[in-house]
Amino acid sequence: MSTIIENKANIITDTSGFPSRDVMLDLKDLKKVYPTPKGDYVVLEHLNLQIKKEEFVTIIGHSGCGKTTMLSMIAGLNPISGGNISVLGKHIKGPGPDRGVIFQAPSLMPWMTALQNVMLGVNQVFPHATKNQRNDIAKYYLQKVGLEDAFNKRASDLSQGMQQRVGIARAFAIKPKVLLLDEPFGMLDSLTRGELQDTLIDIWNKEKITAVMITHDVDEAIFLADRVVMMTSGPRAKIGDVLDIDFERPRTRKAVLEHDDYYKYRKHLIDFLEH
Amino acid sequence: MKQSVTLGKVTKFMGLGFLSTFKDLFTGKLEKEDYKAFLRKVIVPVASVLLFLGLWHLGAKSLYNVEAEFRIEKALNEQGQVAADEMAACIASGDISCQPNTLPSPSQVWASFQSLLNDHALISADKAAFKEKTATLNEKRVAEGKDPIVYTGRPSFVDQIFRSLKTVFAGFFLALLIAVPLGIFIGLSPTLKSAFNWFIQIFKPVSPVVWYLLVFMIVKTLLIDSSEDSSFSISFIAVGLCSMWATLVNTSMGVSSVDKDYINVAKVLKLGNFQKVFKVVLPSSLPLIFTGLKITLSVAWMVLIAIELLAQSPGLGLFVWEEFQNGANDSNAKIIVAMFVIGIIGFLLDRLMLSIQNAVSFEKTDAI
Repeated sequence: MSTIIENKANIITDTSGFPSRDVMLDLKDLKKVYPTPKGDYVVLEHLNLQIKKEEFVTIIGHSGCGKTTMLSMIAGLNPISGGNISVLGKHIKGPGPDRGVIFQAPSLMPWMTALQNVMLGVNQVFPHATKNQRNDIAKYYLQKVGLEDAFNKRASDLSQGMQQRVGIARAFAIKPKVLLLDEPFGMLDSLTRGELQDTLIDIWNKEKITAVMITHDVDEAIFLADRVVMMTSGPRAKIGDVLDIDFERPRTRKAVLEHDDYYKYRKHLIDFLEH
Repeated sequence: MKQSVTLGKVTKFMGLGFLSTFKDLFTGKLEKEDYKAFLRKVIVPVASVLLFLGLWHLGAKSLYNVEAEFRIEKALNEQGQVAADEMAACIASGDISCQPNTLPSPSQVWASFQSLLNDHALISADKAAFKEKTATLNEKRVAEGKDPIVYTGRPSFVDQIFRSLKTVFAGFFLALLIAVPLGIFIGLSPTLKSAFNWFIQIFKPVSPVVWYLLVFMIVKTLLIDSSEDSSFSISFIAVGLCSMWATLVNTSMGVSSVDKDYINVAKVLKLGNFQKVFKVVLPSSLPLIFTGLKITLSVAWMVLIAIELLAQSPGLGLFVWEEFQNGANDSNAKIIVAMFVIGIIGFLLDRLMLSIQNAVSFEKTDAI
């Protein structure tokens, strides 16, 4: 805690400034240090970010800048070296189903069917619901991602894209407060990627779960986000710039591409990344 | 038609897919493009078997000649020309009393195999007759509270095969019951791992003979008051202890090396320990556990022969040893028969494990 006070002068406050009751996720002076034989390696330092309820934020930055480290710290899978992370004002302690994660690899249990994979989470989060109710929840989300014909297919028999659809269904079905997406479409071909972006945004439009998504893809970042957060290159990475995307929701890909501001946003992001 | 499809599936599943090629050959279903595969899958193996039999035959013949010449020479040096001529005539006549004792030829082995089967038929008939004869007497004895009279004649070759299988499966299940749970605990806990590691490293390379002696020391004392034959218990426990290491090591490795992604999913969903082990850790390490079990079963079958021999427990090992001590005319051929039987059963046990593994695990392992 003392480090926070010492470094107070250096804190870059987020400029968006919205009322604190609207804050879903709050990262305060976050720091991550990996000890190495040659001394400490500081990945992140003085990282401050506030994310509103029902906001979709994408995070963009160069490879190895610490985006994934930050996301896994929010998920609770990676210990925090300094500062704190809170969800609805409460500091997080370890991982939990209030923060659903969609991993880069689909990470399904290959020996389970699509339905069993979703049920694994649903059973955990709704232990008091009847078996039928839980089944209905799992099936509802699988339908939403377009897998109504694949309930009983084993995950190992599904294509990469379909596996990631199950991953999306599994994350939404546990009704998390925050959804964390770690380059979920990074391993897919561009056609499948576009389809999955549409699926994701469709289901998100209905559920409006606060989402933080890492991506390498500038177009993906603009199409999905309310705000694009740009991270500086590491070491000691922090928030470099924040870009508000003022497109109306629900959006269509066509409308976004034809919008006058689209290339302005795109240029802003690319200028930042090439700097 | 439907039956043939399922048969084909079953043989393929068991890694015996080449059998269906034979069936296609006889039913005339072979297509032109299948001929290359047919050549590779049928002609080449059959040719290699024939080549093997031919080399074996020639080798056995030359060893036979060496031995025969040695005998004639010996007779000539010790007893003179007449004895040598008699010996040569005796060997040529095929008389049992003077046959050279060496590697038997394939035809001799085949003849011994048939005589062993005949022997089994005789003993089975004898057993059945004995059972019939003593049926009423035994009923009376049971009614009076006495033990029934049981057949105590010598076991046939087939009886000994089944006895060996019983021993190997008892040993295998003992290994499974010890090694799988222990492996899971060791894999889950780094503390237990460091506690058991030295133990595994030291005992894994110990020879089956020494395991047998260790088990013998302990079981002999434990069963000191019992009049029952302890050779079966000793041999199956020794087989189990020799063969369990592969399963122990593979299970602990499988459990400790579960994909980090699966563990992260379990963490995010906050699965309890029980759920984590049974829904994530165990299914994901099943392929490695089964690889371990497969090795365990084949090791068990391999050490069984030596252990039966030491423990004087009836079975193929004892059969081989007794035939060797016996030194009868066809003993060598019977030993070779036992060798083939041991090999074929070992192969079938391996296929059995492979098909169970394919049935229960999510990764399909192809048969060689």
